[in-house]
Amino acid sequence: MASVPSSSSLVAAGTVAARPAPPKVLRRMKVRRSTWLGVGLVTLYLSVIVLIPLAAVIWHAAELGPAAIWRVVSSPDTRAALQLSLMASVVVAAINAVVGTITAWVLVRDSFPGKTIVNALIDLPFALPTIVAGLTLLALYGPNGPFGVNLAYTRAAVMVALLFVTLPFVVRSVQPVLIELEQDVEEAASALGARGFTVFRRVVLPSLLPAIISGAGLSFARAIGEFGSVVLISGNIPFKTQIAPVRIFALVESGDSAGAAALAVVLLLISLGVLLALAFVQRWGRRGDEEE
Amino acid sequence: MRRSRSGPAALGAGGSRAGKYGLRTIALSYLALILVLPVGMVFYRTFENGLQPVLQALVDPLTLHALYLTVAIAAIAVPLNTLFGVFCALLMVRRRFLGKSILSVLIDLPFAVSPVVVGLSLVLVYGRTGWLGGWLAENGVRVIFAWPSMVLATIFVSLPFVVREVVPVLQEIGVDQDQAAHTLGATPWQTFWRVTLPAIRSGVTYGVILTTARALGEFGAVSVVSGKIAGRTSTLTVHVEERFQQFDLVGAYTSSLLLAVIALVIVLSMTVLRSKEVGA
Repeated sequence: MASVPSSSSLVAAGTVAARPAPPKVLRRMKVRRSTWLGVGLVTLYLSVIVLIPLAAVIWHAAELGPAAIWRVVSSPDTRAALQLSLMASVVVAAINAVVGTITAWVLVRDSFPGKTIVNALIDLPFALPTIVAGLTLLALYGPNGPFGVNLAYTRAAVMVALLFVTLPFVVRSVQPVLIELEQDVEEAASALGARGFTVFRRVVLPSLLPAIISGAGLSFARAIGEFGSVVLISGNIPFKTQIAPVRIFALVESGDSAGAAALAVVLLLISLGVLLALAFVQRWGRRGDEEE
Repeated sequence: MRRSRSGPAALGAGGSRAGKYGLRTIALSYLALILVLPVGMVFYRTFENGLQPVLQALVDPLTLHALYLTVAIAAIAVPLNTLFGVFCALLMVRRRFLGKSILSVLIDLPFAVSPVVVGLSLVLVYGRTGWLGGWLAENGVRVIFAWPSMVLATIFVSLPFVVREVVPVLQEIGVDQDQAAHTLGATPWQTFWRVTLPAIRSGVTYGVILTTARALGEFGAVSVVSGKIAGRTSTLTVHVEERFQQFDLVGAYTSSLLLAVIALVIVLSMTVLRSKEVGA
């Protein structure tokens, strides 16, 4: 897997320990004591850093009770923020699915001078701090931008910021699949008279679909939680450009940490739901491999 | 592994020449508009008024302190997550235990959590009204609005990278070499340093690079817990926002440039590492 960027493993969510289950005989083998010690240490670290803080969010929201959570979430400004976040993330995931697939295609099948550099730049949004991304976009698409396009404080600006930070996901999940794809079938299809787009739709697309869905899903999960890149360019105007994470930030700043926790739990549930769904999609994609 | 062939057959579905150039134009202009031009713009805007104001902003005590704090936080978070990551990856690939799949889901959790929620979660544990807030206040320990919470937030958001990068490498190399070393009388510790670690070096390096990038660049989580006290709890990313809010654009762009250069170096070093792997 030399030419496949290793950051493609970045986009393979939920598959860290994806190994086939060991045979029954092995499974009954006694677990070594040192393993339990190791598992204990790992669990301790994970608990202190991740699990206990997240439990605190859920606890504080649960203390409010479902009725109160609903009141928080359905209050007009919070609901508007949540709706905008959902809508923008869906649109961004859809745009990424199309443009990301095209980009991956060009990077794998096409050749042109400077391709290596373009390929390297794809990872830039992962490396560039989100606040810097926001500032750069404001420099280009804000007031006094060189194109005379001023998107600052509009919903379009929110989209552009989200498109920037989610750019690598679909490209990096489709690219390796495309590299591994056998071209014989495509050639056979064209030899049999299928036109370019028909070959793509009937032959290539089905094999790429799991990767496209997985990349788009990760884009969605990332977009719905994004904060830094949006905060400068959107202006955070309630009912217009305020997204859910910014709303949480505002609630924390105003001292309403219970309300913030309630909205945070809703966001958590949405992105967890998406990631779990993706795990299923990946299993489905892998099953397709085995059948071949 | 098959590499794409040159010639018309390589185009496969995108058969026609017009289609090929069309797709290339779409992809490259999208990348230019969303990625390259904005980042180029930072360089332009930073040096718009010459070098002098940039240098001035760079040696500003607040900028220097923000840089120091950013590096210090990363210097704590990255080694901790690297140790954890390698240890955890070894455990998950080479040992058998109950709940492994649950553990692997939990490790990915930080990627599913909005940075703002990470910050909020720390406030709810260590803040004034948080679970440990009362006890911490009695003992005079400050976590929120101070560096410990910023370190915790940074460790949280950058936790999965090393595990994620090392696990596939470990799965690929198998255990044959380790067993050979063991048979030849190496202690587990020797085996780890002389056999396992060199074999997983590429995965560890990628993991460390990604962890460092995330640690240096984290904004949302840190800005919730830091209190944004300039000169005290302001990291470079928080400093960028603060300068921008103060209408000090040169200051904001200078710190941004610093971070953008770090990001470019990270992306390029990953490319170089990758091409070395191809050569190997």
